[in-house]
Amino acid sequence: MSKTVTIDPVTRIEGHAKITIMMNDDGTVDEARLHITQFRGFERICEGRPFYEMPSLMARICGICPVSHLVASAKACDALLAVAVPETGARLRRIMNLAQIVQSHSLSFFHLSAPDLLLGMDASPASRNIMALVSSHPQAAKDGIALRRFGQHIIELLGGKRIHPAWIVPGGVSAPLTQEHRDEILATIPEAMEAVQRTLAWFKPSLKKFREEIGVFANFPTLLMGLVTPSGDLEHYDGRLRFAKPDGTPRMEDVAPERFNEFIGEAVEDWTYLKFPYFLQDGYPDGIYRVGPLARLNMVGRCGTPLADAELEEYRQLSVEERMSSFHYHWARLIEVLYGIERIKEIVSDPDILDTHVRAHAEPNRSEGIGVSEAPRGTLMHHYKIDENGLITWSNLIIATGHNNLAMNKGITQAAKHYISGFDIPEPLLNRVEAVIRTYDPCLSCSTHAFGQMPIRMQMVDSKGMVVKEVSRQ
Amino acid sequence: MPETLTSSEVVTLTINGQEVSARTDETIMEVAEEQGIRIPALCHISGLSDIGACRLCVVEIQGSPKLQPACVTRVSEGMTVSTHTDRLRAHRRTIVEMLFAERNHVCSVCVSNGHCDLQNLAVECGMQEVTLPYLAPKLQVDASHKRFVMDPNRCVMCTRCVRVCDEIEGAHTWDIMGRGVDSRVITDLGKPWGESDTCTSCGKCVQVCPTGALFEKGVSVAEMTKRRQFLPYLKTMREVPK
Ligand code: SF4
Ligand code: SF4
Ligand code: FES
Repeated sequence: MSKTVTIDPVTRIEGHAKITIMMNDDGTVDEARLHITQFRGFERICEGRPFYEMPSLMARICGICPVSHLVASAKACDALLAVAVPETGARLRRIMNLAQIVQSHSLSFFHLSAPDLLLGMDASPASRNIMALVSSHPQAAKDGIALRRFGQHIIELLGGKRIHPAWIVPGGVSAPLTQEHRDEILATIPEAMEAVQRTLAWFKPSLKKFREEIGVFANFPTLLMGLVTPSGDLEHYDGRLRFAKPDGTPRMEDVAPERFNEFIGEAVEDWTYLKFPYFLQDGYPDGIYRVGPLARLNMVGRCGTPLADAELEEYRQLSVEERMSSFHYHWARLIEVLYGIERIKEIVSDPDILDTHVRAHAEPNRSEGIGVSEAPRGTLMHHYKIDENGLITWSNLIIATGHNNLAMNKGITQAAKHYISGFDIPEPLLNRVEAVIRTYDPCLSCSTHAFGQMPIRMQMVDSKGMVVKEVSRQ
Repeated sequence: MPETLTSSEVVTLTINGQEVSARTDETIMEVAEEQGIRIPALCHISGLSDIGACRLCVVEIQGSPKLQPACVTRVSEGMTVSTHTDRLRAHRRTIVEMLFAERNHVCSVCVSNGHCDLQNLAVECGMQEVTLPYLAPKLQVDASHKRFVMDPNRCVMCTRCVRVCDEIEGAHTWDIMGRGVDSRVITDLGKPWGESDTCTSCGKCVQVCPTGALFEKGVSVAEMTKRRQFLPYLKTMREVPK
């Protein structure tokens, strides 16, 4: 009789998920699946709403990265208006997008992953959390808090409200940057810069301790996808869409992001609500690809800022095989945090940033609009259609966790096979399978576009669907 | 001197324990306002006729078992009025809750967020949450007008739009259709607003609408602030005796 072991919930990821490990009769792992069990509903809710409500509506998809949805959604609305966003407006949006990336990466790294990194994978769950970190590694915890605050503070200065700012609007942004706020942003940069550099300094040597994890953390070749600048460098707001081979070289010529539909298909499985996007040319499921900080850093030419480029160079000392390991998401996040701070400094230092022409006004001029941007977790695609009065008739979103869906499932299968044999599953092994998923920092409430959250359960099911064991862990 | 004064006499009444004198052609609402007492109100807006529809302004009058709407009840000699008793507070809170439960008010994505009379009333009446089940009707937005949008999901049926269009603009584009919870405001007897022959696109309805139900095209979330200064002005201009 083969058995299914279900780990549920995956603790410390946003939203809720359920992992089923399907066991063979001999106690080896057959396959592991990540189920997204939440109801998908945002596309329906938008129907009939005026399109300019979309950025704010979309920002409600996710409490963790509302700004990213605002950006992608506003860009889709820009396309509906068919206007060019004034230069300064676009750069202000860019600052906010970077601030969001800094704060989200910091949350992910310090609050969700640093406990594993600093306290050890085998520490008991009770002593492996951010609170434990505060007492054992106070400086690291402080740096984490400082970096998060840096990002949030900028978002607040620009948008006026930390969560869900309505400042990014179709056509640009609703208010220019004041000199006072510009100076305030500039003043916070040194502290943030020190914090991330201190973190990189302890993180890099610690990698030695995690050889085993690095080997099995979703360590397999996949295609990569993300935005790049026209010259192929790191880009989060605009640019071209690149599909790259596992070693980072472009798979084909970079394309305009609005053409994503020509290259990405979406497959559906009956055991999860989350669709499986795949690279059309390679078919399903071979067209597996990854997005996010790791994919971005593996495929770009340069970051484009001096300190981040130096770090990138050091990271690139890793062999191409090593760089495949999802464990390196952590490193990639830190480099992007550094990049974000440098880039923000660069943009706000330009006096033109105080220009008050920040918004273009127009009536909708097109019935279809696509907006693509890079969220902390990867490429975000918003696609809307409107009727002649500007009411939404159809929408589709592809979000980062969706792009990574195939890779996440493959990753947990790989880790489960390595660690689990037999039906007795000690906590540290469970934690390692979960940690694979956490490296992707999946935002599950967002990927299923759901309101609210589902209840939690953990079960072991045999091949006939019978629950043979039920475990629950909060 | 405005002719209305000639037919009224001066009386003395008590509001919240305070003796005040007023003219008999004044409503409790007006007298309270003069005394600096704010009575929650929604359908009432100064400059337009009053219809006593929303019942938020109800007050207690000694000797009368029924609560009376202050906006349409005239003062009389010896009247004793209470405007803020526990009973009234509970009553008003329930009304506001019902307004929220009846349509789809999602403030966080609303053009009027932060500038909304209904939101302000919720705060004023101490409404913390909606305890009644939401009706969540599916209502079609009318965005056919070139400059304005009508979103019935956020309409509270105050009929300010109907009155301003009829009494001030003189176009009478708006009307009410249906009864009770099914009632809706409509343009030109149910034609899409954009096809209305009577609408002059003056925008007065948009400005008096207390919520995000009527708004200007092109504004984003929280950007719709209403300008109502014109109303008392136009009203006064019309009242100047010939
Ligand atoms: S009309 Fe007012 S109460 Fe209704 S959703 Fe808009 S802001 Fe909220
Ligand atoms: S549309 Fe506005 S003004 Fe007209 S009845 Fe509804 S809430 Fe009142
Ligand atoms: S304000 Fe008096 S009934 Fe509405």
